[in-house]
Amino acid sequence: MRNSFVDTLLELATSDPQLCLITGDLGYNVLNRFYESFPERYINAGIAEQLMTSMATGMALAGKSVYTYSLANFPSLRCLEQIRNDICYHNCNVTIVSVGAGFGYGSLGMSHHATEDVAIMRALPNMIVCSPGDPWETVAATRLLHQHGGPAFLRLGKGGEPRLHATLPQLAFGKGLCLIEGSEVAIVSNGPILSEAYKACQLLNADGISCALYSLPFVKPLDTELIEKLARSCVLIVSVEEHSIIGGFSGAVAEHLAGLRDRRAIQIRIGLQDRYSSIVGDQAYLRQVYEMDHLAIYNKTKAELAIS
Amino acid sequence: MTSQEMAWKIRKHALSMTYRSGASHIGPALSIADIVAVLYSEVLKLNPKQPDWQDRDYFILSKGHAGIAVYAALALRGFFPEAELEHYYANGSNLCGHVSHKNVPGVELSTGSLGHGLAVGNGLALALRMDKRPNRVFVLLGDGECDEGSIWEAALFAGHHRLSNLVAIIDHNKMQAMGDCSSVANLEPFEDKWKAFNWRTKRVDGHQHDALRHALEPGLTQDSPTCIIADTIKGKGISFMENNLLWHYRNPSEQIVKQALEELEQGPNAQ
Repeated sequence: MRNSFVDTLLELATSDPQLCLITGDLGYNVLNRFYESFPERYINAGIAEQLMTSMATGMALAGKSVYTYSLANFPSLRCLEQIRNDICYHNCNVTIVSVGAGFGYGSLGMSHHATEDVAIMRALPNMIVCSPGDPWETVAATRLLHQHGGPAFLRLGKGGEPRLHATLPQLAFGKGLCLIEGSEVAIVSNGPILSEAYKACQLLNADGISCALYSLPFVKPLDTELIEKLARSCVLIVSVEEHSIIGGFSGAVAEHLAGLRDRRAIQIRIGLQDRYSSIVGDQAYLRQVYEMDHLAIYNKTKAELAIS
Repeated sequence: MTSQEMAWKIRKHALSMTYRSGASHIGPALSIADIVAVLYSEVLKLNPKQPDWQDRDYFILSKGHAGIAVYAALALRGFFPEAELEHYYANGSNLCGHVSHKNVPGVELSTGSLGHGLAVGNGLALALRMDKRPNRVFVLLGDGECDEGSIWEAALFAGHHRLSNLVAIIDHNKMQAMGDCSSVANLEPFEDKWKAFNWRTKRVDGHQHDALRHALEPGLTQDSPTCIIADTIKGKGISFMENNLLWHYRNPSEQIVKQALEELEQGPNAQ
């Protein structure tokens, strides 16, 4: 996913001479192709995320299209006020790129788990919040955000995520993508955990449950039209994210559902409960332990259907 | 308008604006009045009719709480009518207590939380240099503000990258919100710190216009950013406010403002 991002960034930098990339001293063996192609537009701010973020604002105010790049919470939470007061209040052309969504850096521990960033970023006015579900979505989202030219948070998997779309999808702001059709249950997923949602959806359909799967890379703007349609047509909406169940993608879906008068569906939220991830393990293990892997999605959906 | 006249008018406006609005921060505004006046009357390349003129110099007030001095300078330079200053801090006004760019022509950056301005200045300076543009970037900081770690992130970067189009001016009045800088977190040796971060450093009397003018001249450095440590007096120009921390926050009463204005009535060259 991160390599798809860098490939796309290289393509964009070729056509846009204003495009600049600032790293917070991370991206070894990932950003080297950008540095080699555009050394004059590559800046290493050092291990200084507050500087990186405010500096991106200054560059954007002088006409640049700026990308800040770092891992997990470093480009978001470490410099939150710089994002709020500088980038977002001034509506600057800065895209904040975070690699390692959720448990992407599993065994490195809690400091490297991005599990509250979506909730916090989506609370900021002017901010677009995007977490693509596979490498294809990453390409489409990176291009779309560049056209947008305003504050954006692009939350990527660490790498090695499977391609779930057959080809490059047509992506639009506030629009989800259907991967599997279904009528009874709808799984809506945000971010690289789409691969788990995909497997869960296949298991449910194999059990004879008509289950749809949608990837919604944009938490903000949310595909409210789709949520409304699903709320009226399905009995159950299962929202899936590798993030706290508080305030993020599931929160955004729930907020919208709460205002619908004639909905049929209820929602269950798959994600990290209100806790820190303190157990040691790789991404697959932590998804399992914290009950957001495909089996957990499958089991929780089945359990909910049994009750209703 | 000479810089002396502008400084005098900034002080008068600052007093009236603070009194009328019930706002605080008269002390810091008086502290930077001379620096702001020299910048806005003689140093900055500006076009009040076209605030986003691409050849302009950039000025950032990083210590946004002293924004009344900048609002007054902008009005005096014709960016917006002086009458608008009367609405400072009022419901529905564009002029809030910490300097804001929203609907205020001439303000480049909204600040208020300390420690942001220098790093934004780095970004401006870097982008201008990338584009081979001659514009300069000036950032006015507080000395207490230098407690913020983000200042030193920016100082390290600017020194390393030799951002010679960047000028930091420090309003060194030696006082911060809760006491003397020396008692809160001693900044000394202050000049040496900036030198150690590879900045060209000058120390001037922040109320002497000739000294400020000279220090702010372009072309003095080719290969390093400039830090001007301007020794100032909080509350400068009003005898009973000088070096008195009370006036960082206290809103002056009608009687106090009358007294203060009487002192200023002696004219722009009385200091």
